[in-house]
Amino acid sequence: MEGRMSIGSIWLGGCSGCHMSFLDLDERLFQLLERADIVFSPLSDRRELPDALDVLLVEGAVALSGQAELLRDLRSRTRTVVAFGDCAVVGNVTAMRNHLDLTSMLRHTYGAEGARMGHDPAHHLPAMLDEVLPLHRVIDIDIFLPGCPPPADLIWYTVHELLEGRHPVIDEKRLRYG
Amino acid sequence: MAERRREILIDPVSRVEGHARISILFDERGAVSDARLHVTEYRGFEHFCRGRLVWEMPRLTSRICGVCPVSHSVTSARAGDDILAVAVPRTAEQLRRVLILAQWVQSHALSFFHLSSPDLLLGRETRAAERDFFAVMRDNAEFARRGIRLRKWGQDVIARIAGRRIHSDYAIPGGVARPLPERDRDIILDGLPEAHNTMRQALDIMKALLETRDGESEMAGNFPSLFMGLVGADGGLEYYDGHLRIMDAAGNILADGVDPRGYRDIIAEDTEPWSYLTFPYYAPLGRDAGMYRVGPLARLNVCAHTGSPKSDHELAEFRQRGGGRGPEHHSLLYHLARLIEVLFALERIEELLIDPETLRTDTLRSRAFSNRTQGIGVTEAPRGTLFHNYSAGSDGVITHVDLLIATAQNNLAMNRSIRQIAAHCIPRADTDVDERILNRIEAGIRSYDPCFSCSTHALGRMPMQIEFRTEEGRVLGRFSRTPR
Repeated sequence: MEGRMSIGSIWLGGCSGCHMSFLDLDERLFQLLERADIVFSPLSDRRELPDALDVLLVEGAVALSGQAELLRDLRSRTRTVVAFGDCAVVGNVTAMRNHLDLTSMLRHTYGAEGARMGHDPAHHLPAMLDEVLPLHRVIDIDIFLPGCPPPADLIWYTVHELLEGRHPVIDEKRLRYG
Repeated sequence: MAERRREILIDPVSRVEGHARISILFDERGAVSDARLHVTEYRGFEHFCRGRLVWEMPRLTSRICGVCPVSHSVTSARAGDDILAVAVPRTAEQLRRVLILAQWVQSHALSFFHLSSPDLLLGRETRAAERDFFAVMRDNAEFARRGIRLRKWGQDVIARIAGRRIHSDYAIPGGVARPLPERDRDIILDGLPEAHNTMRQALDIMKALLETRDGESEMAGNFPSLFMGLVGADGGLEYYDGHLRIMDAAGNILADGVDPRGYRDIIAEDTEPWSYLTFPYYAPLGRDAGMYRVGPLARLNVCAHTGSPKSDHELAEFRQRGGGRGPEHHSLLYHLARLIEVLFALERIEELLIDPETLRTDTLRSRAFSNRTQGIGVTEAPRGTLFHNYSAGSDGVITHVDLLIATAQNNLAMNRSIRQIAAHCIPRADTDVDERILNRIEAGIRSYDPCFSCSTHALGRMPMQIEFRTEEGRVLGRFSRTPR
C-alpha cells in the first residue's frame, strides 16, 4: 500500500474488550503509527468522519436505534470493513437478550414508564432494538475477525497484512471464537 | 442573538470506556440551570443470566466489561462461593487477590496514560484533532511508552495467572482453575522495579500538575458528598474481603462494619427517564443528602491506612492537601488517588507473590453443589465497590440476578460535577462556547474514569453537535465540533 493507511474504529453493543485487545498491541502501537493514522476512535477526540477511510474496525453488535444508519454511512466511506470480535461477527453475549421481552425487561428496571425509555427526543436516549443484529445483517463485511476478544497477535496479523496490501487469511489456524 | 440559549448537547463524551452524552440546560436568564449525563444503553445481563448455571456466571459476567473483566469474574466467583457455602483455599484466595490488584494496575494505567493524559499534559488550548493518546505517543514518546509498558505489565500478570489477558475462565466458584508456576511468578516479580520507577515519575507529574492548577479545583467538581468503600478489620484499605464503611463529607463515619451482604439495606436506587444508568444513594439519608462517591478517592478517604510503606507515605501526604481535616472532596484528586493505589497494588502483589503459599499446587478449589439459595460477592473494582447478588435453586440454576456496579454509584456525583463545571465555564448567556470549553466538562467526567461498558453500551462515533433552541424547541442554530 502506498502512503499512510487511515484506520477508524467504533464500538457498538459490546464490552470494549476488543478495543482493549487492540491496546494490547502494546509497543507495537508505535510501529502501527509509523505507517498508519488512527483518524477516529473512542480513544480520540477527533469527531469528523473522513470522506474516505482505508480500514474500519467495528466492535460490538447493532443494539440501538441509530447504529444501523451510522454503519451504513461508514460503510459507504470505507474500503475495508472488519467485523471486530464475536459480538460483531455473530452477536455473541450482546444478543443473548434477543429471546427476552424487551418491554418487560425495561419495566422491571425503570418502572411502569420503562417501556418508553429511548422514545422521547428530549431525553437524548436511543431506543433499544427488539433484536440485536450481527454486523453482516446490516452491511457487507470484508473481514470477519472472531474472538472474545480477538487476541492482540491476531489483530496485529490482520492489520499488518492490510498494511502490506494483502487480504488477511483467517483460516482454521487462526479461527477461534470465544 | 435575541433568543436565549436553551440547551447544549455534547455527543458523545470521548475518551471514556463506553458511551454517554452530556446536555447542559439553561434557565430563562441564560444561566446554567442543570447538566445531565445521559448513559445510553442497557444490556440486560440481570435478565438473560437467569436460567444459567452458577458455574457459568464468572465467564458470562466477565463480558459485562472488557476493561475490568477480572473484577466481574472474581466477584461472580465469590457470589458462587457463597451459594456453594464453601471456604476458598488460601492459595486460591491469594491468586484471586493478585488478579484484582493487577487489574487495578492495568485499568488505572489506562485511565491515567491512555485516556486522561491528553487533558492533563496538553494545554487547554489544544484542539480536538491533537488531543488524544496517539498525539501523546508522537510528541511525548517516552512518557507514552512508560504508560503502555505499565498497562502491559498489569495485563501480563493477569495472563500468566489466568491464561489470557481478557475474559479468562480462571476464577470459578470454590476457587481457581490452575496453579501459578514459579517461573511465571519470577517473571512477574522481575517487572516490578520498572513499574515502581514509572509510578514515581507519574506521581511527580501529577503532583506538579496539581500545584499549577491550584485554585481550579472546580474544574473537576469540588463538593461535599458521602464516600463508601471496603475496609479490613483494622480499617485498612481492602479490596477483596472486609466490610463497608460510609463516611460523610466532614469525615464522620456514618456506618462501619457493615456486612456487604446487607448492601440492599443501606443502598437504594432511583431512575430518571433521561439515562439508562440508575442513581444509587445511601438510603438512610435520601437521594439528595445520600449522594456518595466510590472508587480511588473514596477508598483513600475512608481507609485508616494502606498497610504498605510506600503507599502509606503517599497517603499521608495526600491527606495534608486539605490540611488533614477530613476527606478530600475534589474529584480532580481521583487521578492522584488512582496513582497511589497503583503503588499500593505493586507493593501488595509483591507481598503476595513471595509468599510460598501462593505457589501451592495441591489446594486450589473447594468442590460442592449448590447449598444456599442466595449468594453475594463483593470486591473493590478499579472504579469502586462491585456487588454481584444471585439467587439459585438447589440444582445451581440462577433464578435472580442483582448487580450494583461501581460507575452507577458515582452517577449522582458525576452529574453534580458537570453541573458545577458547566456553570463555571459558561458564566453568562453570551459566553462563547467552543469545543475546548466543552472538553473541560468532559474532562470532569473522565476524572471518575467511568466505565459505561459495565452498565450500558453505546452509540458509536458521531460528530458532536451543539444545538441552540428556543423555549418552544425551535432550533436556532447548530454547530458540529468539526463540521464536514
